Amino acid sequence: MSFDRKALVFWLAVGAVGYLCVPWYALDASVLSTAWLRAFTAKTNAPALLQALQHGRTWLLPIGALLLASAALLLPALDRNVRAFSLLALGGAGFLYTFAQGFAIGAQGWSFDALAHAWRPFATGQFGMGLGAALALSAFAMLFALGLAERGYFNGDAFIAGSIVAILASTAIFTFYPVLNIMVSAFQDDSGAFSASAFIARATQQKVWGLGCLSGGPRCGVAWNTLILALICGAGTTALGLAFALVVARTNFRFKKLLRAMSILPIITPPFVIGLALILLFGRSGVLNHVLEIAFGIEPSRWFYGLPGLVLAQLLSFTPIAFLVLIGVVEGVSPSMEEAAQTLRANRWRTLVDVSLPLMRPGLANAFLIGFIESIADFGNPIVLGGNFSVLATEVFYSVVGAQLDQGRAAALGLLLLGFALAAFFAQRWVLGRKVYTAMSGKGDSGLPTPLPDNVRRVCYAAAIPWIILTVVIYAMVAVGGFVEQWGRNYTPTLKHYIKAFGIETGANGLLWVGAAWSSFWTTVKLSAIAAPVTAVLGMLTAYILTRHRFRGQSAFEFGTLLSFAIPGTVIGVSYILAFNVPPIEITGTALILIVCNVFRNMPVGVRAGMASMAQIDKSLDEASTTLGARGFTTLRRVLLPLLKPAVVAALVYSFVRSMTTVSAIVFLVSAEYEWATTYIINRVTNGDYGVSIAYSSVLIVLMLIIIWIIQRVVGTRRLGRRAGVGPGVVPQLGASAA
Amino acid sequence: MKAASIEFCSVSKLYGEVAAVNDISFTIAAGTLVTLLGPSGCGKTTTLRMIAGLELPTSGSILIGGADVTRIPASERDVSMVFQSYALFPHMNVLENVGYGLTVQRLPKPDVHAKAQAALTTVGLTGFDERLPSELSGGQQQRVAVARALVLEPSVLLFDEPLSNLDARLRRQMREEIRDLQQRLSLTVVYVTHDQAEAMAVSDRIIVMNKATVAQEGAPRDLYEQPKDVFVAGFMGDANRVRGTLERVDERFGDVALGPLTVRLPHRNLPAGSVEIAIRPEAVEIGAPGSGGMAGTVRKAAYIGGVMEYTIATDIADLFVISMAVDRPLAVGAPVSLTLARHGVVPIAAA
Repeated sequence: MSFDRKALVFWLAVGAVGYLCVPWYALDASVLSTAWLRAFTAKTNAPALLQALQHGRTWLLPIGALLLASAALLLPALDRNVRAFSLLALGGAGFLYTFAQGFAIGAQGWSFDALAHAWRPFATGQFGMGLGAALALSAFAMLFALGLAERGYFNGDAFIAGSIVAILASTAIFTFYPVLNIMVSAFQDDSGAFSASAFIARATQQKVWGLGCLSGGPRCGVAWNTLILALICGAGTTALGLAFALVVARTNFRFKKLLRAMSILPIITPPFVIGLALILLFGRSGVLNHVLEIAFGIEPSRWFYGLPGLVLAQLLSFTPIAFLVLIGVVEGVSPSMEEAAQTLRANRWRTLVDVSLPLMRPGLANAFLIGFIESIADFGNPIVLGGNFSVLATEVFYSVVGAQLDQGRAAALGLLLLGFALAAFFAQRWVLGRKVYTAMSGKGDSGLPTPLPDNVRRVCYAAAIPWIILTVVIYAMVAVGGFVEQWGRNYTPTLKHYIKAFGIETGANGLLWVGAAWSSFWTTVKLSAIAAPVTAVLGMLTAYILTRHRFRGQSAFEFGTLLSFAIPGTVIGVSYILAFNVPPIEITGTALILIVCNVFRNMPVGVRAGMASMAQIDKSLDEASTTLGARGFTTLRRVLLPLLKPAVVAALVYSFVRSMTTVSAIVFLVSAEYEWATTYIINRVTNGDYGVSIAYSSVLIVLMLIIIWIIQRVVGTRRLGRRAGVGPGVVPQLGASAA
Repeated sequence: MKAASIEFCSVSKLYGEVAAVNDISFTIAAGTLVTLLGPSGCGKTTTLRMIAGLELPTSGSILIGGADVTRIPASERDVSMVFQSYALFPHMNVLENVGYGLTVQRLPKPDVHAKAQAALTTVGLTGFDERLPSELSGGQQQRVAVARALVLEPSVLLFDEPLSNLDARLRRQMREEIRDLQQRLSLTVVYVTHDQAEAMAVSDRIIVMNKATVAQEGAPRDLYEQPKDVFVAGFMGDANRVRGTLERVDERFGDVALGPLTVRLPHRNLPAGSVEIAIRPEAVEIGAPGSGGMAGTVRKAAYIGGVMEYTIATDIADLFVISMAVDRPLAVGAPVSLTLARHGVVPIAAA
C-alpha cells in the first residue's frame, strides 16, 4: 500500500496557509471582505508567525514548530511505523496545544490566576480564533487522521479516517463542548466559583417544582407544567396518530390522500404558526369569543391562553409526526397473523385487541415518547400561547433575554430540560431495543388486512374528520388573516400588511427593498442556503460511516451522534451563548454562529435520511467496488452517491426548510445585524402585530411548499430499475422538531 | 494472466468472543480450482472474504503468490470476486459495470471499452452493452458479474455461492462454463458452496469446513471414498453409519465384521476392536433371500426416476440403499439378502 503522500502535502499546505498567510484571529469585519489585506501586519490582522515575532505573542511559535516538524514526514525513506506514530503525535499535540493556548490566554493575558502565578505574565492578550487558527486546527486533525490510517485503522483508508476525525471533532466542538459549558455554568455561583449549592438552589426553586396548583394556588412549577403538557401531548398525539393510521391502512376512507398530504404540514410550517392561527380563532379577539359575545353576551376573555391552548396547538402540530411513525407500525402488522386469529374463531374485535394491538405495542410506546420529546422541546407554541403557563423552554429563554438576565439560572433550567429529554431518549432506546414484532418487509405476505370493527372505525372517523376540518380552517385562517385590516375588530380587506412587510419601491437607484421583513428574510434564505449543503454532506458522511464501516469504538461513535440529536434546541441555544461568547471561539452575534447552529441542529435529519436509504442498498455493492480496486472515497462517489441522489436531495431540501422555520435555538443567537425570519415574526406577535406576522408566515409556508413541490418533480422521475425504492421518504423519529 | 497461489497460516477470525474461523491453515496451488465446502455458518464465506481482504484476520497470516497480504485492504489486492447477489451496480449499464475496475484505475476510455468488450466476449455475452442490470436475466447478470471480475486479470478469482440464485438447469450450465473458463485461462479460483455435488463437479480439490475449522482437504474422490470423520462422510453424500469390529489387522488392511458379513478394508490406522463404519447407499448390493450375506426386510421403497431408494431393516441397523435395478422393484415387506461392494465402505473412527 502506498502512503497517501498527496493528502499529507495538501494538509501541510493548509496548515502553512493558516499559519503564514491569513489572519490568525477573528476579525471584526468578515474575513471575506479582504479589508484586512490592506493592514496585513496590524496587531489584529496579522497571521500567526507575524503575531509571534512582531506583536509579542510568542506562545504561537510552538504551533509553527509542530507544523514544520510534520513536514519532515514527507521524507520517502521513513519507516512506516515511525511515520504513523509521528503523525499521531504531532497531529494530536498540535490540535491540543492550539486549543490549550486559546483557553489559557485570553484578552487580558492568562485566563486563570493559577497560570499567571506559575508563569511570567504576558504583556498582551489575544482575541478569538479566526480563519488562520481554524485552518491550522483542521490541518492538525487531519495529520492525526492520516496517522490513524497509516497505523492500519479503518482498513488503512485515509478518507474514512479523516471523515471520522472531522465528524468527531466538529461534533465535540459544536455540540458537546457547549453542553459541557452549560453544566459548568449551572454549578457556578454569581462570582464564578464552583458551587453545588448554587445549582441545587436554582433547580429546586418553588418556581420550578412548586405544587401550588394542587392546593388551589394559582400555578405549579415550570417543571411540572412541562411534564404535564408533555404527557398529555404524548398520549394525545399517539391516540390521534393511531386513529389516523388505522383510517388510512384499514378502511376505505375517501380522503386518505388528504390525510397523507397533511403529514408534511409540520415540516413546512414554522412551529408557532399553529399557535398564531389558534389565537385568531380562540384568542381574546378571536372568532369564537366574538360569536359567543354576540350570541350569549359572554365577555371575551383570555381563557384559551395557557394549558388548553398549548395542548390543542401541540396536538395539531405533532400528530402528523405520530401518524408517520404509526402508519409504518400498522402496515407492518402481518395480515396473515390476523387471518390466523380469525381462522381460530376470533371475531374482528378480538383480533384487534388480542393480536394486532399487542403487536403494535413497541411502536405505540415509541410514538408516545416522540410526542413527549417534541412537546418538551417545543418553544414556538408556548411563547405565543403560553400566557401565565410557563414551561422550561420559555423559562430558559426569559432567564437569558428578559429582565432577569441570569445565565446561571438559564443554565440550571436548561440542564433540567436536558435531563428530561435524555430520560425520554433512553426510554425510547430501551423500547426500540426490545423485541420488535412487526414484520419489516411488508412483502411476501399474501393475506388481506382485516377491516376494523365498526365501532372502532366510527371512533377513528370521529377523531379524523374534525381534525381535518380544524387543520383546513387553521391554514385558511393563515391564508386570509394577512389580508384583513385588523383581526377581531375590522375585517376590511387590505394589502397593507404585505406592503409593510414586503414592499418594494422603485427609487432613483433602482429597486428599494423598503419592506420591514426583507432584511430578516434574505438573511434567513442566505444562511439557510449555506447551512443546507454542509448539513447534507456531514449527515450523509456520518450515515455512510455508521452503516458501512466497522471499527473499534463504533458503538460509542453511534451513541454519541444519536445522543446529540436528543438535545432540545433551547438547550443548544443557551449553551451556544455561554460557550461561544468568549475566546477562543468567539462567534456570538455573527452569521457564522447561525449557520453552525443550524448545521448541527439539523444533522440528524441528514443522518437519518442517509441511514434509511443506505440500508436499502446491498452492502455487496460496496464490496464489489472495493474488490475492483476502489477505495472508500471512490466507492462513495461512483457507486453510492448516484444511487443515493434522491436521498441527498431530500436531505438538502429538508435541512434548508428546517433552517428556515427553526426557532428554539436560533432565538438566542440572532442579533440586530442578523435577524431570522421566525424570530422577527415572534417579536411582531409578542407586540400584538398579528397582521404582519400572519402575512410573513404565509409567505414562508408558500415558499416552502413551492420548494418541496419543485424538488419532488425533479427527483421523482429517476429510473433505477430494480432498486427504485430509494425514495425521498424522510420520517422524523425523535426530538427532531423544528421547534 | 498470472495465477497465484494462496496460503493460510494459522488464520483465525473472531467476532467478539465467537470464532468465525478458528486457526485454519491450507495451501491452494496456482492455477487450480479449489472449493470451500461446508454447511452454513461453518466459516467458508468468512474465509473467502479474508482472501479478498473484505475481512482482516484476527491472527495468522495470508500469503498470495508468496507475498504477505494479511494487512492489505481489499482495494489493494490483486483479487476479484463474484458475489452471491452479483452486486452489479444498478445505475451503470453492462459496459460501465464491466469497465468499472479499469475506470477506477484511470485507464483511458477507449482501452476500458476494448478490454470490457473482450471480457464480455470471453463470458459469451455480446450485444447487451447498453442494458441496465435490471433488464437482464439471472444467467446474463451472472455473466456480467464474471466479466467484471475477469477484466482486471486478477491473480485470484473468488466465487461466493455463484449459482444459488439460478434455477436448476441453468446451474449446471453455468458451473460447466466456470470450470471451462478457469481451465482455459488457467486461473486460480476459490469457490464457495454448500452443495456437495456442485463442489465435486467443478473442483480440483475441496476443503471441507465445519465449525470454523478445516474438517478435511483433498481431491473430490478422496473425500467421498476416504472421509476422515463422521462429519465429512455425512456431508459428502449420504452414508449409513453402523458399528462393526476390526480384526486381523496387518500393515494396511484389516477384517471388518458387520454381523454375518466380513469385508477386508484399509484400516486407516484404527486400532483393532469396535469401529464406526460409513457405508455409501450404493455400496450395498441387494440379492435374493438365502443367497448368502446379511438377511433383511424391505421397509420403505421409493421410485425416484433413475434409481430405487430402499430402507432395509437388518439385525445391525436400518440401511439406506440405492439400487439401479429399477425394472425389478421390491415390494415393502420383501425379504432380501445384502452384501457389500469393495468401494464405498470405510471405517472412520474407533467406537
